[in-house]
Amino acid sequence: MRLFPFLALKPLVLLTALLAPPALAEQVTTFRLDNGLDVVVIEDHRAPLVVQQIWYRAGAADEMPGKSGIAHFLEHLMFKGTEKIPPNMFSALIEQQGGDDNAFTSWDYTAYYQRIAADRLEMVMEMEADRMRNLRMTEDDVTTERQVILEERAQRTDSDPGALLGEQMRAALFLNSHYGIPIIGWRHEMEGLGRDDALAWYRKYYAPNNATLIIAGDVTPDEVRRLAEKYYGPIAPSDGIAPRIRPQEPPQLAERRLKLADERVSNPYVYRVYLAPERNPGDQDEAAALLILAELLGGSGQTSVLARALQFDTQTAVYTSAFYDGTSIDDGTFGLYVVPAPGVTLEAAEAAVDATLADFLQKGPDPAAFERIKTQIRASEIYGKDDLQGLANMYGEELTIGLSVEDIQGFDEVLAGVTIEDVMAAAHQVLNRNSSVTGWLTQPEEAVK
Amino acid sequence: MSFLRPVLAALALALATPALAEMKIQEVTSPGGVKAWLVEDHGIPFTALEIRFVGGTSLDAPGKRGATNLMAGLIEEGAGDLDSRGFAEARDALAASFRFDASNDAFSVSAKFLTENRDQAVDLLALALTDPRFDQDAVDRVREQVLSGLRSDEKDAGTIASRSFDRLAFGDHPYASAGEGTVDSVTALTRDDVIAAWKGALARDRVVIGAAGDITAEELGLVIDRLLGGLPATGAPQPGPAPWLLKPGVTVVDFPSPQSVVYFGHQGIDRDDPDFFAAYLLNEVMAGGRFSSRLMREVREKRGLTYGIGTWLIPMDLADLYLGQFSASNDKAGPAMDVVKAEWARIAAEGITQQELDETKTYLTGSYALRFSGNGPIAGILAGMQLDHLPIDYVDTRNDKIEAITLEDVQRVAKRLYQPDQLHFVVVGQPTGLTSTP
Repeated sequence: MRLFPFLALKPLVLLTALLAPPALAEQVTTFRLDNGLDVVVIEDHRAPLVVQQIWYRAGAADEMPGKSGIAHFLEHLMFKGTEKIPPNMFSALIEQQGGDDNAFTSWDYTAYYQRIAADRLEMVMEMEADRMRNLRMTEDDVTTERQVILEERAQRTDSDPGALLGEQMRAALFLNSHYGIPIIGWRHEMEGLGRDDALAWYRKYYAPNNATLIIAGDVTPDEVRRLAEKYYGPIAPSDGIAPRIRPQEPPQLAERRLKLADERVSNPYVYRVYLAPERNPGDQDEAAALLILAELLGGSGQTSVLARALQFDTQTAVYTSAFYDGTSIDDGTFGLYVVPAPGVTLEAAEAAVDATLADFLQKGPDPAAFERIKTQIRASEIYGKDDLQGLANMYGEELTIGLSVEDIQGFDEVLAGVTIEDVMAAAHQVLNRNSSVTGWLTQPEEAVK
Repeated sequence: MSFLRPVLAALALALATPALAEMKIQEVTSPGGVKAWLVEDHGIPFTALEIRFVGGTSLDAPGKRGATNLMAGLIEEGAGDLDSRGFAEARDALAASFRFDASNDAFSVSAKFLTENRDQAVDLLALALTDPRFDQDAVDRVREQVLSGLRSDEKDAGTIASRSFDRLAFGDHPYASAGEGTVDSVTALTRDDVIAAWKGALARDRVVIGAAGDITAEELGLVIDRLLGGLPATGAPQPGPAPWLLKPGVTVVDFPSPQSVVYFGHQGIDRDDPDFFAAYLLNEVMAGGRFSSRLMREVREKRGLTYGIGTWLIPMDLADLYLGQFSASNDKAGPAMDVVKAEWARIAAEGITQQELDETKTYLTGSYALRFSGNGPIAGILAGMQLDHLPIDYVDTRNDKIEAITLEDVQRVAKRLYQPDQLHFVVVGQPTGLTSTP
């Protein structure tokens, strides 16, 4: 991420992935330009603001072996300038007009955005279209910016034992999928990334037929269409865009266990991640059930299954949580996280988690808890509409992984239709330790009293 | 350079502020006499409410550091007839959201509730504010969570740096230590301490309220009285101003990490100071958050010494701070600090250019509207304005105040604000070639 100083936390899927019933649905218009660029307009006329986002269907999981980090490195270099934008002036030009801009990279996409007064939309569309094909960078730019991404890695990963464990666990979870590559890149490969690598990546993936443009805010579809035709329309499509068929996971037959000991650890914890099915076009039932399963198991610090068993009924843990991330092209993940109470070993905490899961798999959820989660899901549609950038992010990310507008807008209906039986079937399917990795974050042996 | 000229030329003429004027802020007085500010918007059927009680963790009694923070963590852990679980279930069944937080100067309540069950949600929130249980088992459980956080902080370079800076700057004032308390102070807190903190912090003589969304002025007045009517009229007094004890120099705190985290700064400027706007603009030029700020250009973009660097004016109730922060690999921390010192000296000596002044003005005036991006942010801004004692028409006049800043103003204020000889750097890591000032 080029983001600074804000933390770039992935939003909870539950909070952003939900949509309103027809009466409340946001006003969304879609069209495609002749060169293949998909355009989505989300109207919100409450304030005279606009968000532009462009999402490229290229991310860390598309990288060539040995070039980890190149998708993210190119994201940084996209701010260096073009034939028309002077060096390092891209953000400055937007800031001078009272806007802000940034970008972020994930395994499945690289996205760029600006937020600005609605009457400046034309300017940012002209600039974003310009850098889709006319990027310029010098060797010096590349050398200096490589130092920046190495500092970024040092700050966000190497300085944080929890982040290091997460990186190792992902590498172990995915036996074959490139989802095991860290987005920021492995340090030794980042050090070798050069200008040619960046330009090759740029030329291969940055094209109108490999992108989705989102314009959200105080705009009309007609105006957006006019401006999109004017600025993005003339850009020739690339003929090198291939379907994203990537290495798939073989059957996973053995659980993996990792222990990372670091003197900077204060609160040891257990973190487990299971491989899980992802959302697919026309087929989001199991994903919806898993989203609700994560809420049931670890969504609330007071009422979730893990909190009740490990924080209330026993004092085994001081913190528990669960998550599901299925917004991806290939396999998703389902995770559990437990911080043991003082005096409780990681071994005992993990055993307590497994006992709680076994009990849940046998007895199922409290029906009242299930209903409360359904209510919260319906309400999150309402609250979600207040956050224009969140809506834009949701459409951008979900379209980029291959879902349709119908899938996105229909997901709330899928969620509403999930039954307790669906949740239990999904739980039995996913909570299988053969396709999981369990990580222990600990202090070094000699430091433990 | 032909690029953008047509668009930019048109914009230069059209630099009128985006139509914030359309946003009407009403002052509401509840039947019980409590004032609140409201932006009514019936577009989405929910209300965002932001309540601030002035005081916050600085109200902690001597020896009871962390009591207000622990209370904030406990206030949603059971109230009236509902225990912790019962309260959470009731809240979730309404799909309401309540958050409680204690900062240096304020205790905050952030609530969102649906129009369809507003009365029930407000009753539940009122129960938490006016009749919390503070059950002993909840006290013990939440205390362990706070202690767990404090133990993490002890091994987090960024937290070590900011706490070291505060300790060096503020002596024995509450600002000198973490509002969360210490492992020892939190371990010693009792249920009675938590109750005392609740009585001291939540009172009607110190409250400001911002609201936005699907609610009328009349409805809001009734909501306020239901929420606050049961609270005491007065609470604990704020302590006096904090001393400023920080000497210029460098403090190195050894920490095993490939990077050093650096906090730096000196005294800042009061929010009510006539020079505050000019100082705010200057900070924006220095490293207020834009990629085109001086320090981002010099330290990140030109030299690749860091991923990011920022500076902040932090006017608090009892002290004013000017603080900066960055991380850099251990061999780069020293060179990055040299750049900071040079830029601090340069701006103090030369000020900024007319072009920087103009560009920063267009940024600050143009971006102001971006902050008002939804009911939640708007309610927070309304509460913040009242905490800063700003007039209700501030939103309409704020950009004029920025436009009115002259080059003369900023050059004068730059000499006052930037004190290169007063800078203190706290460096947490194993920085090459750096040692603490004797």
